[in-house]
Amino acid sequence: MYSFEFEKPSTIADAVAALGAEDAQALGGGQTLIPTLKQRLAAPSALISLSGIAEMKGVCVNDDGSVSVGGATTHATVASEAAGSYPALAALAGQIGDPAVRNRGTIGGSIANNDPAACYPAGVLGSGATIITNTREIAADDFFEGMFSTALDEGEIITSVRFPVPQAASYQKFLQPASRFALVGVYLARFADGVRVAVTGASEDGVFRWTEAEQALTKEFRPDALMDLRINPANMIGDLHGSKDYRAHLVGVMTKRAVQACV
Amino acid sequence: MPKDSGIGASSKRREDVRFLTGAGNYTDDINVHGQAYVHFLRSDIAHGRIKSIDTSAAETMPGVVKVFTGKDFEGVGGMPCGWEVTDKHGAPMQEPPHPILAQGKVRHVGDPIAAVVADSLEQARDAAEAIELDIEELPAVLDMKAAAQEGATLVHDDLKNNICYDWQLGEADDAKVNEVFANAAHVTTLDLVNNRLVANPMEPRVAVAEYNRGTEDYTLYTTSQNPHVIRLLMCAFVLGLPEHKVRVVAPDVGGGFGTKIFHYAEEAFCTFAAKACGRPVKWTASRSEAFMSDAQGRDHVSTIELALDADNNFIGLRTNTYANLGAYLSTFSSSVPTWLHGTLMAGNYKTPVIQVNVKAMFTNTVPVDAYRGAGRPEATFQLERVVDKAARELGVDPIALRRQNFITQFPYDTPVALTYDTGDYNGTMDKLEVAADLAGFAARRTESEAKGKLRGLGINCYIEACGIAPSNIVGMLGARAGLYDAATVRVNATGSISVMVGAHSHGQGHETAFPQVVADMIGIDESMVEIVHGDTSKIPFGMGTYGSRSLAVCGSAMVKATEKVIEKAKKIAAHLLEASEADIELKDGQFSVAGTDKSVAWGDVTLTAYVPHNYPLEVEPGLEETAFYDPANFTFPAGAYACEVEVDPETGQVTIEKFTAADDFGNIINPMIVDGQVHGGIGQGIGQALLENCAYDENGQLLSASFMDYAMPRADDVPFYEVDHSSQTPCTHNPLGVKGCGEAGAIGSPPAVVNAVLDALNSGGKSVDHIDMPVSPSRVWAAMNS
Repeated sequence: MYSFEFEKPSTIADAVAALGAEDAQALGGGQTLIPTLKQRLAAPSALISLSGIAEMKGVCVNDDGSVSVGGATTHATVASEAAGSYPALAALAGQIGDPAVRNRGTIGGSIANNDPAACYPAGVLGSGATIITNTREIAADDFFEGMFSTALDEGEIITSVRFPVPQAASYQKFLQPASRFALVGVYLARFADGVRVAVTGASEDGVFRWTEAEQALTKEFRPDALMDLRINPANMIGDLHGSKDYRAHLVGVMTKRAVQACV
Repeated sequence: MPKDSGIGASSKRREDVRFLTGAGNYTDDINVHGQAYVHFLRSDIAHGRIKSIDTSAAETMPGVVKVFTGKDFEGVGGMPCGWEVTDKHGAPMQEPPHPILAQGKVRHVGDPIAAVVADSLEQARDAAEAIELDIEELPAVLDMKAAAQEGATLVHDDLKNNICYDWQLGEADDAKVNEVFANAAHVTTLDLVNNRLVANPMEPRVAVAEYNRGTEDYTLYTTSQNPHVIRLLMCAFVLGLPEHKVRVVAPDVGGGFGTKIFHYAEEAFCTFAAKACGRPVKWTASRSEAFMSDAQGRDHVSTIELALDADNNFIGLRTNTYANLGAYLSTFSSSVPTWLHGTLMAGNYKTPVIQVNVKAMFTNTVPVDAYRGAGRPEATFQLERVVDKAARELGVDPIALRRQNFITQFPYDTPVALTYDTGDYNGTMDKLEVAADLAGFAARRTESEAKGKLRGLGINCYIEACGIAPSNIVGMLGARAGLYDAATVRVNATGSISVMVGAHSHGQGHETAFPQVVADMIGIDESMVEIVHGDTSKIPFGMGTYGSRSLAVCGSAMVKATEKVIEKAKKIAAHLLEASEADIELKDGQFSVAGTDKSVAWGDVTLTAYVPHNYPLEVEPGLEETAFYDPANFTFPAGAYACEVEVDPETGQVTIEKFTAADDFGNIINPMIVDGQVHGGIGQGIGQALLENCAYDENGQLLSASFMDYAMPRADDVPFYEVDHSSQTPCTHNPLGVKGCGEAGAIGSPPAVVNAVLDALNSGGKSVDHIDMPVSPSRVWAAMNS
């Protein structure tokens, strides 16, 4: 990697200030950024670690029953601490990568990166969560703007994510055999006022909501409700690990399995 | 009754203590005072003509010691190929130069263009980025069949075409082969691909070289399976150095799987640069470099035809294979698709007429060479897939069809140049049927169906040829090396023993198994015996470890040397016991006079050898013997494997539910190590069958260039294995009766897995003839829905 300065502030304010430097880059768990640096594919002037900020860590249940996860909270912490309050989210976190990844990688880092095959974007979008930054609140529907692209401004930090807790939810992940990211991952959440279905791994546009499935399942929450629905393969990812058609097919299978897991 | 020491005991691997507690000494652990670091600038295009390389800016960068390009090596030899194959018309193979750094053209992504030596690795990388290249991109030659056409773009401009050789083995008379097929009651044909693999040992390649200005000696530390071979090739063919001035050390090596047999440009570079720079030079491959510079494996495209008579006897076999050699000839690449592949096409069967045709192709890809099994997996895959397809087409039991055609009389001369000395294929299949509980398969299938899964059973038989030999025969076939091995047994004064061996242990457990043999022969504790390997300054000239040869070849040399030691020790014992040498018996570390209670201990005799006060005058002092061993023939391990899979019909996901291996390895020294070797081999075979895929795009860019896209098997991809090694027909021509076990699993498992998947699909009502490896979920789903 190229040389860079390193800072580890202990407050959000200090982190924001440090990120004001030209070409400074926030560092979450580094699970994408560090390999990128090692490949010399990025050359930030400074890395601002967010892992020393206590107020950005941990899982808590809010008065309204929603669950907040600090932006610098590791996957392993979510897997254990959210297991009671939001089991489906905890299960998603517990399936990311391997133990080393789960003990370094953070929710803020994952959704800020918005890898098209990452798990968290599906959990956040499928839950209809709210992304809270140092300056504002952003609805998940407005946050994910396509592969590796989000609504975050330069230097903006995800301080926490607030999840409304659905009546039932399930994340069904079909593994890409090499990376074990999602070849297709479907996060389904059933709320009193409707069903949300978010799909990761499959689309050239990154995580997306499968609205036809949501409508069908809101009307009738059973696997058969999906029987006549097909995803258009045109915008699907086609690569070494699966064709567009295969991914489109898997979206249906994984959504069905998520419904089965919830009934 | 299992033994607790010596031959046949499952002694725990003594080397694992240091490997598992971080006390190993790997090449990257070696740092030489004053060392500089080299970074190779590698081609990022598959094929191009070098118009200019401007290193002037790089040379002035901080910390830079020296920048090298191909021009610096114009007076130096290229990387040699160790096997000259003669084509079917009697002409030698086309053998293009393989420079240390690219000259004139780049021929694959990863081809080294320039090398920067600097005080630190980061400085070397910085400077490499300042090298200005002007390379005219040329069309990449990738598809082997297209590459063979007249007028195809040439990988090497000085060759007449891209075909290294067009080789044939077996029946040379096409008319005779045609007649067999014309008269057949049934012919089964199959087109298949043996997927290209990247070996990916846990430890990437490393080289550290130093040059002593005072003594003019070189030392090269390198990740090698055969340090003497590296020294010979590098000294004699590349750098032109006298061997006695060069020491090559291969310390602990973290996995080889074949890919660390070969002499690589980076090793020769570091040795050359150490003198040119006046500094030790170190290179440690990144994983990315390993993907584009380690020789890769397999990559055959084949058509195989099997002819059967009306009684389902195999009467003829014909194969046509395109074998990818990549951009250059790696050290043993030419031998893999030929003498390690074509010779195995008889398999376990008495097929009377066999014709094997192989076109070996140059393409703009990383060179391909031996990888665990090397040619034998490719042969076994073709043969066992076509046999399985024939059974399905004929509606006969695949085990019965195999048994009906098994070779049962030994020795057996195959139509493809080998003589199998011994074997019992029905006996091994009997063991498999019991160990795999094949009688219970139908019930297990019913259970799977209840879960909505398709269950399949795949059977596979294999024969392999290990310990390639003898040297005079392989020499006639084109080998440019001997294939013997050597061992020196040095008995110390107090009776402990150091055995210097030409074999190299990089995971095989030699440090445990070899002492078991020597200790057993003498009757002393295993801990009294230690193996020394991996350092040309310490060991006799041996050929190293590959092709499951170590115990069969080097172990035999060790036995011979130990026999010499015992013979001499008996002379000394006879003197001490005042008895005739012919009456001396050695048992449990005691020399005794037959029929008396007179005895002298091993340690007393060894001490006498070095403190020869009371000593036979006609005997030399000391107790150290060397033996070289050149086998009379290959060894022929064989086995029968059963794989049971479940296929998820919705997703195409394959899971291996049960895997059973019945192998005949002849005599076994350490059953636990043999189990481990088989487990590892099967794991790699399952990797090939289900997961691993080294793929290039249409421009020759490696698509699976990291573990993000190249799927290595993980623990949860493989089942618990059942292994049965109780079927034993000892090798008839080596002193231990051993055959070799290192590659069997990787040879025997891929066809078993694929046969199982196809059984699952076809028994589930789909009609699918074949799916190319890796049998990934998407490919299974596509096959089910085509």
